[in-house]
Amino acid sequence: MVDFISSLLGSANFRWVLTGSLLLGFASGMIGSFVLLKKQSLISDAMAHAALPGVCIGFMIFQEKSLPVLLIGAALTSLIATHLIQLIVNHSRIKSDAAIGIIISVFFGFGIVLLTFIQQNFTSNQAGLDSFIFGQAASLIRSDVQLIAVSSIILVFISTLCFKEFKISIFDPSFAKNIGINVKFFNGLLLALVVGIVVIGIQMVGVVLIASLLITPALAARYWTDNLSVMAWLGGIFGSISGMTGAISSTMIGDLPTGPMIVLSASVIFFISLLLGKSKGLVTKAVKVR
Amino acid sequence: MSYTFWIILTGCLVGLTCGIAGSLLVLRKMSMIADAISHTVLLGIVGAFFVTQSLNGIPMLIGAAVVGLLTAYLVELLSNSGVQSDASIGVVFTSLFALGVVLISFIGDQVHLDTKHALMGEIAFVPWDTLQINGESYGPVAVWMLGFSLLFNILLITLFYKQIKMSTFDPQFAALVGIPLTFIHYLLMTMVSFSTVASFNSVGAILVVAMLIVPGATAYLLSDRFLHVIILSGAVGVLSALLGYLCASFFNVSIAGSMATMTGVLFSLAFLFSPKHGIVFKKINSGYEAIKVK
Repeated sequence: MVDFISSLLGSANFRWVLTGSLLLGFASGMIGSFVLLKKQSLISDAMAHAALPGVCIGFMIFQEKSLPVLLIGAALTSLIATHLIQLIVNHSRIKSDAAIGIIISVFFGFGIVLLTFIQQNFTSNQAGLDSFIFGQAASLIRSDVQLIAVSSIILVFISTLCFKEFKISIFDPSFAKNIGINVKFFNGLLLALVVGIVVIGIQMVGVVLIASLLITPALAARYWTDNLSVMAWLGGIFGSISGMTGAISSTMIGDLPTGPMIVLSASVIFFISLLLGKSKGLVTKAVKVR
Repeated sequence: MSYTFWIILTGCLVGLTCGIAGSLLVLRKMSMIADAISHTVLLGIVGAFFVTQSLNGIPMLIGAAVVGLLTAYLVELLSNSGVQSDASIGVVFTSLFALGVVLISFIGDQVHLDTKHALMGEIAFVPWDTLQINGESYGPVAVWMLGFSLLFNILLITLFYKQIKMSTFDPQFAALVGIPLTFIHYLLMTMVSFSTVASFNSVGAILVVAMLIVPGATAYLLSDRFLHVIILSGAVGVLSALLGYLCASFFNVSIAGSMATMTGVLFSLAFLFSPKHGIVFKKINSGYEAIKVK
């Protein structure tokens, strides 16, 4: 076992995948903390599902599987999806949860239609497009992982830079306006960060489960602290642990899909936090009551 | 009976069954629970497979109902312990779904059950999987399961019509007059789980979500009356299935995917042109009013 792991660590490609999943997990755990407190967890799920048709359209227009093209398509459709949710909620009596459900299923269904259309009509190198559904770390090449790593660092950098503004505009929007923070701009920026995570994460985790990387580590962190900056860092750490464990286990045991393994690791961390968390854990509370 | 007939019948039954069950969820503002359950029944199906070593109808229904209720219960539990409801739905369904997907990859190639199948379904194979009793074929298993859960839904709605209606529109009053709210809640969850698993095998998780939520929302834009919303929702489901099949065979693409897309098309039509709630007529009406005021 130890030999096996050290031989894995010896392979350069695997080191890159490990670094990528670590940084991606960190960025998503951190940004997820803001998303969670803004009560937008399920909107991020809609954005993730809506990325699938974008990937397909990107491929159909440029007819090649170059990552940047596919990712721009993904970013565009997930932005359209969030705007449509807003439109439905603002202009009809449909509530936001139904609106999110509509967008998730219709966009994803349309993505599947496009995927089968591509499989019928484009013979050249379309194989592997469907790995965007559940993610396949093994299909990542070095330049893909570098893109993921660099983008994650940029996303983390932006969120630490604007930390205070995010915090105030989430907790007290009217106060934020009073002291001259452009709340609308920072809401938009947070949305852009979520799109960023979704877009760089779909190849590793897949559109179906990437949202859980935003929700679960942040929610786990919530059980340990009431302080937002501690929570964001802790969420980041939980995210990177899940990213690494998922990537390692799916590489070690053949055929295991990477995305679900990452999500399962995050769920285990969440479960432990739910029971033992310092400020809200169930066991901790029970002991305190005594 | 011809091959195409069975596929269209399956699609229509999915639309009808899920449309009816889903309209209740949309009215009760619980659409995302439908999304969660339709993902997690995968775990129930895989679990039933590990116990019985076969993909048989009845154990699958039981497994799905158990996991469906478990999902609803866990979401309640987390919400009551102070987690926001959307985050608790997100955590519960992604965890259980991921577990299901991972377990599937342990099954390997010995049975016809894989992750792609779980998401998109394979409605094109429905006509071949027939119910065999003493060597006689009695039509596709999927049609029997869907028919059974459709009857189950209709039966429960007729039996508890008043209770469901009251607890949907005025839960406090319903509780006052002694309607067991928790019982009605889990009754609906059972309906959703049954409808989901019956549809799941043929059309996959995503179309189930679409058929549960979108027709209900469309009907809710078209009518204000409880019974009308339920009936319209079933009709919209059937219509989407028919149109979706036509498009799929015309462009030669995924049947389940294009049925889901069609629910979206019908919803946008209702969103724009519904006589009472559509934005076009609202605009026109407000325009008239502006003229009148002048």
